[in-house]
Amino acid sequence: MAALAPAPLFTGSDWDFSLINRIYETIEPIALQEMKLNIYPNQIEIISAEQMLDAYSSIGMPLFYKHWSFGKQFVTNEMLYRKGLRGLAYELVINSDPCINYLMQENSATMQTLVIAHAAFGHNHFFKNNYVFRQWTDAEGILDYLEFAKRYIAQCEERYGQLAVERVLDAAHALMNQGVHRYPRVRPRDMKAEAEREAERQAYRDRIYDDLWRTVPVGAKAAAVPSDERRAALGLPQENILYFLEKTGPRLESWQREILRIVRLIAQYFYPQRQTKAMNEGCATYTHYRIMTILHDRGWITDGAFMEFIQSHTNVVYQPTFDSGHFSGFNPYSLGFGIMSDIERICMDPSQEDRDWFGDIAGSRDPVEVLKDIWANYRDESFVSQFLSPHLIRQWRLFHLLDRESESELRVEAIHDERGYRRIRRALAREYDIARQEPDIQVVDVDLAGDRTLMLEHIVTDGVVLDASDAAMVLQSLANLWGYEVALSEVDAENRKELKNHRCQPQPGWIG
Amino acid sequence: MHIVDRRLNPGGKSLVNRQRFLRRARAYVSQAVRDSLKDRSIKDLAKEGEITIRRDAIHEPTLHRAAKGGNRERVLPGNREFLEGDRIKRPDGGGGGGSQPGEGEDQDDFRFALSREEFLDLFLDDLELPDMAKKKLVAGKIEGVRRAGYSTIGNPSNLSVPRTMQKAMSRRIALRRPSGRDLKRIDEAIAEIEARAKPLPDDAVALERLREERAHVVRRRNLIAYIDPVDLRFRRFEPVPRPVAQAVMFCLMDVSGSMTAHMKDLAKRFFALLHLFLSRCYEHVDVVFIHHTDRAAEVDEETFFYSTVTGGTLVSSALDKLIEVVKERYSPNDWNIYVAQASDGDTLASDNARVVSLMQDDILPFCQYFAYLEVGREEFASIEAATSTTGLWDAYAPVSESQRHFAMRKVSHRREIYPVFRELFQRRGVGERTRA
Repeated sequence: MAALAPAPLFTGSDWDFSLINRIYETIEPIALQEMKLNIYPNQIEIISAEQMLDAYSSIGMPLFYKHWSFGKQFVTNEMLYRKGLRGLAYELVINSDPCINYLMQENSATMQTLVIAHAAFGHNHFFKNNYVFRQWTDAEGILDYLEFAKRYIAQCEERYGQLAVERVLDAAHALMNQGVHRYPRVRPRDMKAEAEREAERQAYRDRIYDDLWRTVPVGAKAAAVPSDERRAALGLPQENILYFLEKTGPRLESWQREILRIVRLIAQYFYPQRQTKAMNEGCATYTHYRIMTILHDRGWITDGAFMEFIQSHTNVVYQPTFDSGHFSGFNPYSLGFGIMSDIERICMDPSQEDRDWFGDIAGSRDPVEVLKDIWANYRDESFVSQFLSPHLIRQWRLFHLLDRESESELRVEAIHDERGYRRIRRALAREYDIARQEPDIQVVDVDLAGDRTLMLEHIVTDGVVLDASDAAMVLQSLANLWGYEVALSEVDAENRKELKNHRCQPQPGWIG
Repeated sequence: MHIVDRRLNPGGKSLVNRQRFLRRARAYVSQAVRDSLKDRSIKDLAKEGEITIRRDAIHEPTLHRAAKGGNRERVLPGNREFLEGDRIKRPDGGGGGGSQPGEGEDQDDFRFALSREEFLDLFLDDLELPDMAKKKLVAGKIEGVRRAGYSTIGNPSNLSVPRTMQKAMSRRIALRRPSGRDLKRIDEAIAEIEARAKPLPDDAVALERLREERAHVVRRRNLIAYIDPVDLRFRRFEPVPRPVAQAVMFCLMDVSGSMTAHMKDLAKRFFALLHLFLSRCYEHVDVVFIHHTDRAAEVDEETFFYSTVTGGTLVSSALDKLIEVVKERYSPNDWNIYVAQASDGDTLASDNARVVSLMQDDILPFCQYFAYLEVGREEFASIEAATSTTGLWDAYAPVSESQRHFAMRKVSHRREIYPVFRELFQRRGVGERTRA
């Protein structure tokens, strides 16, 4: 056990850079040696409220290309903040190597301590160890890639005009959620190499450019190929629409393809964050809670500071009940932290029920090791479906509600009793299954022999079709990028019956 | 671990995005800005403000599942009374318990704050003084600079490095400054002799000669500088006077007893807009304020907008004053002259003939554009506009028909001021300047 503190780190709420340094140096051994966290090196940056607003409007990244939608974000956030309707986050952390932590200058010394424990150790450990992040993101290269993206798009604006670039970006943003490879295990992307590759390709194109080639007659068109072969050749069916357009869009210029690629890779980079929200926040919250408690136990922070921490911590993990009037779904902090604290309880002080449910971890007496394994190998869906305990279901009094279109009333399917535990757990896990949150839309065929219509299919589950007005707008963008007609049919997953059909023609003159 | 203090980094990273957003929503934002005028007092015209635009104007669509329809399930916390198999009435709003948060944005209007600059830009967008044709060189008004070769003196920031190096090189060649290569060659020769194991007979002499030569070279190199102050050349710029279109705007306002408080408010609002427009969009526009009862006086801005004099009405007095001021200070040969007049149109019938003749014979020939605004009583807003006419209106009507640069409008409500103002000063394409 580490020695007690000679004196508290701080007593007032003021902080300076040497204090932040001391705080960090006090927390570091607790996190690395006692909890054995494995983190990227940290870089702590102090920023002002205005810079935090800036960061908000570029999805938290320190640099980003220019687009009006970020300006829209900015004016909304600024307005809410100025009016006092919304506070700003105390910190922002970026999944990069080194891991960049933004701390707000307005935070008190206690809050800075909390935030360092939360972001610099909690989130950082999660980013570095969780399998989804390891599989999908390249922490080392992301900043370089964003730099490249920003420069490339600025260059395109110079070459082809701001409006032309903005049109492509608008269309690509609309399809951003359909720009992700969901299933195959991909090799980690090397974003730096990506940027170099494009530069090289551009240089090569410039070098070999010869106007003469324009005048060479083109050979006769190949005969139509049978549909199966054609689909195989095009790599269909394809769920990543942006990828498909980038590779096969018949009328796109190469810079337009590159912009689609940029948007697609950035969407891919953020994809893990969407599947691990509760776990990520849970991991960070659990880490800061544990570190702050240890700091207090050993006298590094005063009782007053600890009270301040507890108050802010409680606010963060507050979960309103469904009928409280301000319920808006599960609070990811609360869900993650709740389950993780419960795992600690199961490890330290299991009941018979816990032993029946969680035989492998109950009573293991080493909660941090168990949690570290969980942080590394699960995402929200699997995490909930494995570790939501009957104890928690009772404590939160969860119940499962079913709303069938054919029935006039809602039905309570399960409550917190012996019959309901597993059903509630399964249902909650399904809510976190990203494949169920998002519509399953795929490119299924292209009418190559005829008018080049691009055919898409939405596999409708539970009879929930697409939001019609938005779908029409997105299809317009898609048709513009494709250059020919686009048809989307919504097909029931069970009986393959077509429920709805959208068609869209490209706007003339859209592609320059 | 590094700590970096970013607070001093330049802010405004989002400025470009913000501007692009405003450009994107421009049509909606301008409409909102114009609408917001209704609620503002004269003094607040040019303040920053909050505006609201419809959210769908800037909607970013995505493919997502509809908020209604189909089968849905949901796990919720805080069960108090439900048992398995209970039936609950579907709450209002269709999806009810099934609608997922975060699905679909709320359809509220989109509110945000504009700075004063942004506000005015949109507010005065697309307005201009018509027909600003007379341009003249004005003494003391220097607009631009242009390059004018090189000079031997100047500001260090204007130093032309290529030109300086060129001069230095020609001087070095002319004065035969030994190059570094010469020195190196001698050094090598010396080293070669010194390195010989067995000296040749004339080595001592050769060495002596080489050393002398070396000392000479070094001395010459020191005497003749690589770059000398005489080599320095600076880029030179000279100021260029540019012709300026000088313009003067005469604001004529009737403040006689027949003008009610409401009418004065309307007239003042109109001139406040006009003044704002001129002071913001034109650097070289003089504004002359004249108010009149049965006598006219040139007044300053403060008096014009806030004084409370009153009396009878004699429109010709204001026109006389106008002509007088023009003769005195604003020669029609050099100045673009604009006139805006506001009145309730209630004038002595005997004066009308003189007004018309002054107008046609003296004023219209020298002015580029004359706008007459007739303010009416609020309570008769709709009826009056349609039916009755006033003495001055009747007198002006034939003038307006024969003269293209004379425009007249009626206003009887605050909300009409801005549209009429826009109509009078709308930017017009070449050749389509007609009286609407």
